Amino acid sequence: MLLRHAPDLSEREVTPRALYLQRRHLLAGFGGLMLAGAGAAGAAVRSPFSTDEAPTSLKDITSYNNFYEFGTDKSDPARNAGRLTVKPWKVKIDGMVGKPGDYDLDDILKAVTIEERIYRMRCVEGWSMVIPWNGFPLASLLKRVEPQSGAKFVAFETLVRPSEMPGQGGFFKILDWPYVEGLRLDEAMHPLTLMATGLYGESLPNQNGAPLRLVVPWKYGFKGIKSVVRISLTDKEPRTSWNIQAPQEYGFYSNVNPAVDHPRWSQATERRIGDSGGLFAKRRPTLPFNGYADQVAGLYTGMDLRKFY
Amino acid sequence: MAIANLRIQARFPTWPVYLAGLLPALWYLYQAIYGDLGADPLKVLEHAMGEWALRFLILGLAITPLRREFGIGLLKYRRAVGLTAFLYVVLHLAVYVWLDHGLDWRAIWADIVKRPYITIGMAGFLLLLPLAATSFNAAIRWLGGRTWNRLHKLVYLAVLAGAVHYVMLVKSWPPEPLVYLAIVLALLGWRVWRRA
Ligand code: HEM
Repeated sequence: MLLRHAPDLSEREVTPRALYLQRRHLLAGFGGLMLAGAGAAGAAVRSPFSTDEAPTSLKDITSYNNFYEFGTDKSDPARNAGRLTVKPWKVKIDGMVGKPGDYDLDDILKAVTIEERIYRMRCVEGWSMVIPWNGFPLASLLKRVEPQSGAKFVAFETLVRPSEMPGQGGFFKILDWPYVEGLRLDEAMHPLTLMATGLYGESLPNQNGAPLRLVVPWKYGFKGIKSVVRISLTDKEPRTSWNIQAPQEYGFYSNVNPAVDHPRWSQATERRIGDSGGLFAKRRPTLPFNGYADQVAGLYTGMDLRKFY
Repeated sequence: MAIANLRIQARFPTWPVYLAGLLPALWYLYQAIYGDLGADPLKVLEHAMGEWALRFLILGLAITPLRREFGIGLLKYRRAVGLTAFLYVVLHLAVYVWLDHGLDWRAIWADIVKRPYITIGMAGFLLLLPLAATSFNAAIRWLGGRTWNRLHKLVYLAVLAGAVHYVMLVKSWPPEPLVYLAIVLALLGWRVWRRA
């Protein structure tokens, strides 16, 4: 089942559900083009990549965020991200690609298939969630823009717009803006690597990185760059924000690894947000590659993961 | 001690100060019971207790400068403020060992020896122990005022440890820990400046 982000959320809201579904079927009939509010219940087919662990509540996922463009407190993004304009949205795709350009997000979405992917998310700070994302594999976008043979890495950039992102202004500069991230090309092309456009079947809330964010479930959460406006293919390892900030604490790879501690805390265990134990919940063991070792460990054979942390 | 030029001398009893000091703890207890602490209640508690500890420690350090520079007499309440600060350090530590680490003493010990910010926080706590233990009149009599005063100068180190601990544990450079550290340095600097 194909699912795409409804550009016409408002129409969906005013359309009776039966009629709406009927229309979807009609559209589906015409050349396989499917329009769907990602919100239509039961519409999403579960991906084999999804975990069957219980998803974290929508409330927790949308109220406990690290998105320093909106402030450093975990409650800041939910409070401040509301006024971010996410439409229209353009993504500049450049560097070593055959088809560079400023792509409109709607145009990007026309060419991809939206799936539901329920992934574990492990934050470098030692907590974790289970998040039902909606999105498309980054690989499908990259293939479309035709990476050149010399391209080895993918660099990403977040929007800079201090007028709508209060964390980017102010007297104290918390990070060097724009937030930048990067992946090796083979990591970027891996089928688990997702560009998310929604969660819980709805449009991505601004505080979670609307309208387009990266999700790499075997890496620490900060690799999942939010509100992406630029994707560049290069032959050099891109600079990444947290590595620039504290190179001895955050490496380029940042794969989830219980055996390699953060210098200031252990990564051996994690707290699952919303755990039924509440305040008295036990920590759980953190798994290598966040439990995705079967799929991704092969990307790193022969590498010393203590050195390339 | 130039009591003569005090402009304001607070005269109310000390028990309201103890009571006010308990309010933040009670407020967090209430929120914890009613599940109002958000997605990660443990961290909220850990941070809140740490921050209130630091605030009361700073308040304690401010009493002498307020007296000397502004003639505001609050000396009578300093013990209440100091003991309240100690209470929050204890609560902070209790959240850490019990809720955060589930009394896993091996993990806790590893943390204390391996993580400099925990080591420094722990040093702050240990420095406060003898002060809390000698915070009653009989102790002052046993020790004698001079020795007691000397001993209680340890609080300078403890507050510094607390503030540095805070700066060390954050990612990037949010303003709050730096503001706290600046206040602590100002209050300690004032003492150096007064003696020079
Ligand atoms: C003088 C004693 C201490 C003071 C004043 C103090 C103060 C603080 C403050 C202000 C914070 C940050 C609160 C915030 O982010 O708003 C904090 C966090 C923390 N403190 Fe302390 N602390 C002290 C001792 C300790 C001790 C003894 C331990 C444990 C052995 C400890 C462990 C922690 C931990 C684990 C955090 C949270 C780190 C995180 O963000 O995950 N502290 N403390």
